Amino acid sequence: MGRKNKRKIHSVLFHIEACMLGFIMIYPLLWLLASSFKSNQTMFQDAYSLIPKVWDVATNYKSGFAGIGGVRFSTFFMNSLYVTVVGMLGCVISSLFAAYAFSRIKFRFGNILFGCVMMTMMIPAQVMVVPQYIILKKLNLIDTRISLILPWFFGGAFFIFLMVQFFQGIPRELDEAAQIDGCGRIQTLFKILVPIVKPAIITSSIFAFYWIWQDFFQPLIFVNSTKKFTIPLALNMYLDPNSYNNYGGLFAMSVISLLPIILFFIIFQRYLVDGIAMDGIKG
Amino acid sequence: MKQSNTIIKTHYKREDNIAAYLMLSPWIFGFVLMWLLPMIISIYYSFTDFNLLNEPTFIGLKNYIRAFTEDKTFYKALGVTFTYVLILVPLRLAFALFIAMLLNKKHKGLGIYRTLYYVPSIIGGSIAVSVVWKQMFGNQGVIMSLLNALGMEQKVSLLGNTNTALGVIILMGVWQFGSSMLIFLSALKQIPYSLYESAMVDGAKPWKVFSKITLPMLTPTIFFNLILQIINGFRVFTESYVITDGGPLDSTLSYVLYLYRRAFTFFDMGYSCALAWILVAIIGIFTLFLFKTQNSWVHYEAGRE
Repeated sequence: MGRKNKRKIHSVLFHIEACMLGFIMIYPLLWLLASSFKSNQTMFQDAYSLIPKVWDVATNYKSGFAGIGGVRFSTFFMNSLYVTVVGMLGCVISSLFAAYAFSRIKFRFGNILFGCVMMTMMIPAQVMVVPQYIILKKLNLIDTRISLILPWFFGGAFFIFLMVQFFQGIPRELDEAAQIDGCGRIQTLFKILVPIVKPAIITSSIFAFYWIWQDFFQPLIFVNSTKKFTIPLALNMYLDPNSYNNYGGLFAMSVISLLPIILFFIIFQRYLVDGIAMDGIKG
Repeated sequence: MKQSNTIIKTHYKREDNIAAYLMLSPWIFGFVLMWLLPMIISIYYSFTDFNLLNEPTFIGLKNYIRAFTEDKTFYKALGVTFTYVLILVPLRLAFALFIAMLLNKKHKGLGIYRTLYYVPSIIGGSIAVSVVWKQMFGNQGVIMSLLNALGMEQKVSLLGNTNTALGVIILMGVWQFGSSMLIFLSALKQIPYSLYESAMVDGAKPWKVFSKITLPMLTPTIFFNLILQIINGFRVFTESYVITDGGPLDSTLSYVLYLYRRAFTFFDMGYSCALAWILVAIIGIFTLFLFKTQNSWVHYEAGRE
């Protein structure tokens, strides 16, 4: 009896601690959401409170969506969406093909090329940004949305690595059986393997979506006309008190910028958690 | 066919080569355009004086010499970044491991906590989060009013103080411990229960169980995480650009922010390419060092490749 009680107390204590930590973790987000509903006048009088004294649900969102420098926020949103979706599709498909080649075909210089993949994981992309800028300038691609898609479109080390891990877990007999049945490589890949590596494909898509959606460094350098800004660049401009003095609008649009991420997370949570675990242990 | 395979050990089928390179062609195209070519160009520019307008002029090792002998800001940025990496990475990993061990028990509702703790990791790179951090720790922010309420009056905000500004940015990194936590959680689940059982039979104390079983079994995971996080830590940019813009008095000037300024504020392209390669070298040294020490502390299970 005493032991049972003790365990119960332990369990209650655990939940109290876990909830407290959870609250701290999530507080900045709740704060952002609450602040987006506060009016600019009262915003800093009750800065810490999570429940606005005066609710003002529409004003900040209206003024935020009105945009900056004559460009509406919906333009930034569509730019982000376009760059992210195209970049993500290209990234995942290119990585899928590369991962298939690396894990299923024996070919000349395969190891060297895989070494190159791993190298790109070790070198921070930021380091390459000056020469990338110069190349894009020579190609007349600076200040285009293509320049924001290019770094992602042809796949990336993280994604190739993740998918190779998955491919290696699938017995080769499956491929061979399909080939005996008369399937070519492409058919084997799409009919047999893709359904099995679906979790890896979904995980990759989500991460690609997150990273491109939040990408700030490359857009900051590659794009300079407001009309082509993605959301991170727009928020950065909202943040500059000289060009935009409206905290309410800034907070409201910050909330909007996080919505697709949170939405994706809620829908695909299971894949994310499994995917990251998979990538972690086998490294 | 079997015969030819045994005679020439590494014999590649022509058809295989063609198929593989066809499938790799998108990645190879991207690699050449966004990595290989930039790398070659960058090495060349790092030996030149180049401001985008004029043709680059070759100046030998002068950029590298300038960084190490004349440039005080270079050392400042290097110091800030080292401090950031060396405090953040151990702190975040320790915290992630601690929470993962708390969550590696049988309680109801663990999934919810796991999710809550993971959310900051996925949105951490967002400008929105930097916006929040800037406001919360700024002059009129939550933290200031909290400190005032506790009777710890501050003249300037934590972000305006050269002693604490970097700490605030490190805190933002620790806050994003979720993905490491998930990796640790799944590694903890891989540890065979029989190990713990035999320890219990021997009557081992919890601390002993942790230091003799849990920790050694986790070292491969810790090793892998350490390398990835150090690489990630060295590329910190957004936080120091958005929240503090490197200030006050360069106390949060990260290396990549300095590199960015050299290139796109001062148009000192050649010099910033040299800075980039110095960073690559530093990361390389760290990684190499970790790999060298690997044998002495990373415990791989027998029979594992």
